[in-house]
Amino acid sequence: MIRLVRRLGLRAIALGYLAVILIGPLSLVFYRTFEDGIGPAWDALSTPETVNAFKLTLIITAIAVPLNTIFGIACGLAIVRRRFRGKGIVNAFVDLPLALSPVVVGLSLFLLYGRDGWFGWLGDHGIQILFSLPAMVIATIFVSLPFVAREVIPTLREIGDEQEQAARTLGANGRQTFWRITLPAIRWAVIYGVILTTARCLGEYGAVAVVSGRLQGETETATLRVEERYESFDLAGAYAISIVLALIAVLVLVAMTAIRPKEEAA
Amino acid sequence: MRRRILLLLVLLAVAAASVAGASTKDVRLSLVAYSTPREAYNQLIPTFQETQGGDGVSFSQSYAASGDQMRAVKAGLKADVVALSLAPDVDELVSAGLVDAKWKRQSYRGMVTNSLVVFVVRDGNPKKIRGWNDLIKPGVQVVTPNPFTSGGARWNVMAAYGAQRKLGKTDQQAQDYLLKLFKNVVSQDKSARDALQTFNAGRGDVMLAYENEALFAQSRGQNLPFVIPRSTILIENPVAVLKTSEHKQEANAFLRFLRTPAAQRAFAEQGYRPVNKAVARQFAKKFPARPGQFTIDQLGLGGWARVQKRFFDSRNGVMARIERQVGGNTG
Amino acid sequence: MSTLDVSARPIGSAKLQSERASTALSVGLVTTYLTLIVGLPIAALVFESTNGGWEGFWEAVTSPEAVAALKLTLWTSIAVALLNAVLGTITAWVLVRDSFRGKAIVNAIIDLPFALPTIVAGLTLLALYGPQSPVGINVAFTTTSIVLAMLFVTLPFVVRTVQPVLLELDQEMEQAAKSLGASNWQTFRRVVFPNVFPGILSGVALAFAKAIGEFGSLVIITGNLPYQTQVSSVFIFSRIESGDRAGAAAVAVVLLAISFGLLLSIGAIRHYATRHDR
Repeated sequence: MIRLVRRLGLRAIALGYLAVILIGPLSLVFYRTFEDGIGPAWDALSTPETVNAFKLTLIITAIAVPLNTIFGIACGLAIVRRRFRGKGIVNAFVDLPLALSPVVVGLSLFLLYGRDGWFGWLGDHGIQILFSLPAMVIATIFVSLPFVAREVIPTLREIGDEQEQAARTLGANGRQTFWRITLPAIRWAVIYGVILTTARCLGEYGAVAVVSGRLQGETETATLRVEERYESFDLAGAYAISIVLALIAVLVLVAMTAIRPKEEAA
Repeated sequence: MRRRILLLLVLLAVAAASVAGASTKDVRLSLVAYSTPREAYNQLIPTFQETQGGDGVSFSQSYAASGDQMRAVKAGLKADVVALSLAPDVDELVSAGLVDAKWKRQSYRGMVTNSLVVFVVRDGNPKKIRGWNDLIKPGVQVVTPNPFTSGGARWNVMAAYGAQRKLGKTDQQAQDYLLKLFKNVVSQDKSARDALQTFNAGRGDVMLAYENEALFAQSRGQNLPFVIPRSTILIENPVAVLKTSEHKQEANAFLRFLRTPAAQRAFAEQGYRPVNKAVARQFAKKFPARPGQFTIDQLGLGGWARVQKRFFDSRNGVMARIERQVGGNTG
Repeated sequence: MSTLDVSARPIGSAKLQSERASTALSVGLVTTYLTLIVGLPIAALVFESTNGGWEGFWEAVTSPEAVAALKLTLWTSIAVALLNAVLGTITAWVLVRDSFRGKAIVNAIIDLPFALPTIVAGLTLLALYGPQSPVGINVAFTTTSIVLAMLFVTLPFVVRTVQPVLLELDQEMEQAAKSLGASNWQTFRRVVFPNVFPGILSGVALAFAKAIGEFGSLVIITGNLPYQTQVSSVFIFSRIESGDRAGAAAVAVVLLAISFGLLLSIGAIRHYATRHDR
């Protein structure tokens, strides 16, 4: 009986917290999108600029997520399984990108790649970084860097390395150990890390906005279209685009949790 | 028969030549503008493209906050024409060597549209806000963007200060007014649009805004009644061609076009006060002149260069001091 | 068991060398990526912050408005990190161990605060918990709204870092403890908690870092009153808008240094707490 009360109590706390912080706002977004019918939402979503914006967002996400995933796994393995000096510093550096506000990220990229920046000379040789895809990808990689690493590290610690040691003594080399022992063991961490990273890339606004130059039809991401709709007093349209972004994130989660190995599904 | 064939060939050649001539003019102009005139330029650009000067000219457009755009252009955003919300932003580009210092010598001193600082009030104006004195009454809650995060919000501050000077108050009395005003300010959003959202969400009794923004919002179905005080500042929006433009001829043609009566009428329909006096007279009903209207160069204000230093220096400026006094006391 | 217990195995020096080489390679790759992506921008910021000399740096950082914004940002971020530690862990526990109707849907939407652009987050929070709140909660334009907005954007962190750990946690240990007579609380405290603690710390570090740098969702609902409800990220923006890049970079660098220090501390706590695993 006490166990039931405790369980219901915990459930109430969790659901109450989620209701206030998450479910309430999300419901309002849905409501406001369709408040005046499906018209404004559809209008906002079907313009060619918006379609192109979604394409651009997906391209940037498709570049940033794999790169950060590989980094996250490698970083996790290095920090948990290897010995080297300066681990604490590397560890702290991984989270540091989050501490920069988007304005500061934009500023730092201007300082690096702007006309009078450290790499400004690249522009004179025809290599366009700012106000073009490269800077937008760099900014997105920057803001979504930590997530896979942060998921993988606690899980690697938790599972320990007995299985890997066992595999080694049985004659497996590094690569076999990694693909057959380590990776499956951290699959949930990697899955959740990829989901978080993807969601973050989809929703990135501030830093990308600053370095994109906002060239209509050329360097506008979906989130920049949201801003454009907001500026035009089309809140329903702005919310509609946001809902599609949220749906893509949910689809990614569904897809990734659906492809887990067979023994898990039992 | 041979003569006819010859005539046909000559006609074909002339036709081919003229088509070739038109297509070699494929010029792409980059317009970098602040956020509000997007609708206006969406209408103006096709009209321009039908004129001779705009034939074969296509546009790449970018709209964002004026300060953001200025910084982007400084950092290398390619632009042929900039349309920003206040002159100091263009002057920054002059300092960066991107715009010719003589830009103010264009017609209308480089400006393309005007507006005014107005009071947006609640439905029915329950607190009966009509003039600047009403804003400092106890219990009146004012919403305005923060003048340090929004260059455009500086118009609001100078409107308030200048209105006092217009009434004959001394500089010290006008500064005291600003202090009283900011004690009534309950929200200093980062931009004018954010301030509008705050006001729409129910905060404040009055919002300091720009007439063209209020009119644009109204055209978009927002309920935003506003009052134009008797004394207020004339907001002047500049345009300029970049020194680095590779299509200066077409860019200048575009600027000239923006000041033609047709374009000025289009601006007026979008809520901007025309700089062209004749068109302004045509729209006198929509845009009544205010008896106490003044500009940043009048009333001894000294123009933006002087005002920026005196009022908006982050350490010693009048507004920095006032923010400290208002916030530090209760914060 | 230590991770590189090479002494316990009879292997030749060639294998040892290749272990060391692969360590160097993997660590080298990781640090190169970090340097390029993270190190360069931060170096540029540090460099820019000294553009006005040390006096300029000091003046920008000790100005009363900067200090007020910094204090506000720090205490709200710490509060949010702690709230996340508790509530996030409970949420992760409920998502992994409990089962109820709609759990899958709840699990699927945890990450959505990330996918929503910050404008939308700010607007909905304002509509929901502002003057026109349909549920009667009006905390807009107060410091509570800062915590609220920060909670929204940091919600996924602790939940998602604890979930994988709980999923891998061997429940046999808990069952053994219970069969030996341990109460629920004792089981949690001595068996479960030490294992999820590194995950909680990871999530807390992320939540703190994110809260410090949050800008878009805070900017409308707080009213941004200098010295009262203005956070550092908006203050830095005001410095940039006023043309003071060096001052903006200076304040950003201070914020970074504090974050870095706190992240190092959290890492040290985790190092200490997991010492028995090494």
